Amino acid sequence: MRALRSIYLALFALYLIGPILVIAAVSFNAKKFLAFPPRGFSFRWYAEVFVANDWFTALKNSLFIAFASASLSVLIAMPVAYFAWRYGLRYAKALLALGVAPFILPPVIMALAFLLFFTGIGLNGLMINVIIAHAVFLLALPLVTISLGLESVDHALIEASQTMGASNAVVFRTVILPIAAPFAFAGFAFCFVLSLNEYIIALMTVGFSVETLPIKIFNALRYGYTPVIASIAVIFMVINIVIFALIARFSNLARILGAME
Amino acid sequence: MQKSALSRYIGLIPSSVMIGAFFVIPFVLILLTSVSTPTDDGGYATGFDLQHFERFLTWFYIERALFSAGLCALIAVLSLLIAYPFTYFLTTFPPRTQTFWLIYILAQLSLSEVLIAFSWQILLSRTAGVANILVWFGVIEKSFAMTPSAGAVVAALVYLTVPFSVLLLFPALSRLDKSLIEASRTLGASPLRTFFTVIIPVTRPAIISGGVTVFVLTLGAIIVPQVLGKPEHWTLSVLITDQAIFNFNMPFASALAVVLLVLSATVIWLVTKFSGKKA
Repeated sequence: MRALRSIYLALFALYLIGPILVIAAVSFNAKKFLAFPPRGFSFRWYAEVFVANDWFTALKNSLFIAFASASLSVLIAMPVAYFAWRYGLRYAKALLALGVAPFILPPVIMALAFLLFFTGIGLNGLMINVIIAHAVFLLALPLVTISLGLESVDHALIEASQTMGASNAVVFRTVILPIAAPFAFAGFAFCFVLSLNEYIIALMTVGFSVETLPIKIFNALRYGYTPVIASIAVIFMVINIVIFALIARFSNLARILGAME
Repeated sequence: MQKSALSRYIGLIPSSVMIGAFFVIPFVLILLTSVSTPTDDGGYATGFDLQHFERFLTWFYIERALFSAGLCALIAVLSLLIAYPFTYFLTTFPPRTQTFWLIYILAQLSLSEVLIAFSWQILLSRTAGVANILVWFGVIEKSFAMTPSAGAVVAALVYLTVPFSVLLLFPALSRLDKSLIEASRTLGASPLRTFFTVIIPVTRPAIISGGVTVFVLTLGAIIVPQVLGKPEHWTLSVLITDQAIFNFNMPFASALAVVLLVLSATVIWLVTKFSGKKA
């Protein structure tokens, strides 16, 4: 029984981590052609990401879009989650449910919707389009994390500070914000990571004018193999791990993932 | 008091505008475009024309829709089968190990579908793929490319969805009342029997909702079927992208998107209804 458990766990880990390890090995290959086990060892495909102008531009675009859309998404989500929780406004709750919807639909539907919208208003291919599109598409993440954070604020604490004469603004700044901020950060980080990796919405909003990394990788895939993609996969995996480790460190990962009441 | 009640709504104006302008309006545009009428200059105008849905009702597209649904159902089942035991063991790990695994699983879950398709392309390639390992062990004579094939699409799609399955099952399994297991064990049930007669029935709602979520998620996959499969493995999402980006046929792409929307909504509705009755 124990042996069976160990075998299953080992196979599971191999299935999950194996492909990533192969990519990592390939990315350190010294030769241009694809080979595994790798021939020689070099960092040249990592250097290429930062030296080759087109790859570096795509990386900068992706990072900027991810940062801007995550910030915008948190800004949109904050008042909705706050008013729904603090005053139980029915309108805010409806807005919250509406804001979660885009994330549940298959992404290609929202991608097509954004494409129709931005060509319809005649503003096709601007970088701001993909920033707004990602912010709205990923809105569910900050909405859910901020709501979770607010639920952990003790109402007695708010009443106590109000009895002591604190105004609404002071209560918000000194009681609510410190408790909810780590969860807002988690929402921001989730948005950032998913925006960075998102392909289809970026393609349909700015695909022909702004190249993000996933778009550039997909285009490169069609012209054959380049080890640069492997090094980008490793860089992305490292970024993802660092960001989720930060969430685990500064926020409550188990709670966000629904492990506790 | 009246003034502060008003100010609450004022605080919601910017968010309402953003959600209204950039979700509700674009979404309505899809519905309108799917029933638009073609104009003489090759464009389309508002109207109520069902010709794009009629085009969908040909065997080619019906077959694509059925294939998509079947593939997604298969992936949902395989993904949950693989993820369920792991998630159960995960909840028994010490907190530090648990956090480590959760971070890794979140990182892999967020990894771009483009990169996952790429890594499986390499993994199944002739020069650097698993076939070489088989040659090494003497199972086969010569290495060969395993893509494009249905097996490659299934393997990569399951890989894509397993992290989601783990996270979807995780809340129910980690909140599972451990005294239930102890009770079953003290009454003489084997661990395996406890697993099948106690743990699985108790977490049934999570299994069903997890399955539905993975189904809808797989419906959205675009890159994997294109990169690892043949055109006969393309799903509705791929066809929508193809119509919108390469054929510039927005009305037909919108009609297909409406079909995809109805398909996802029906599955969600059916399963919640079905599971609600049994519970």
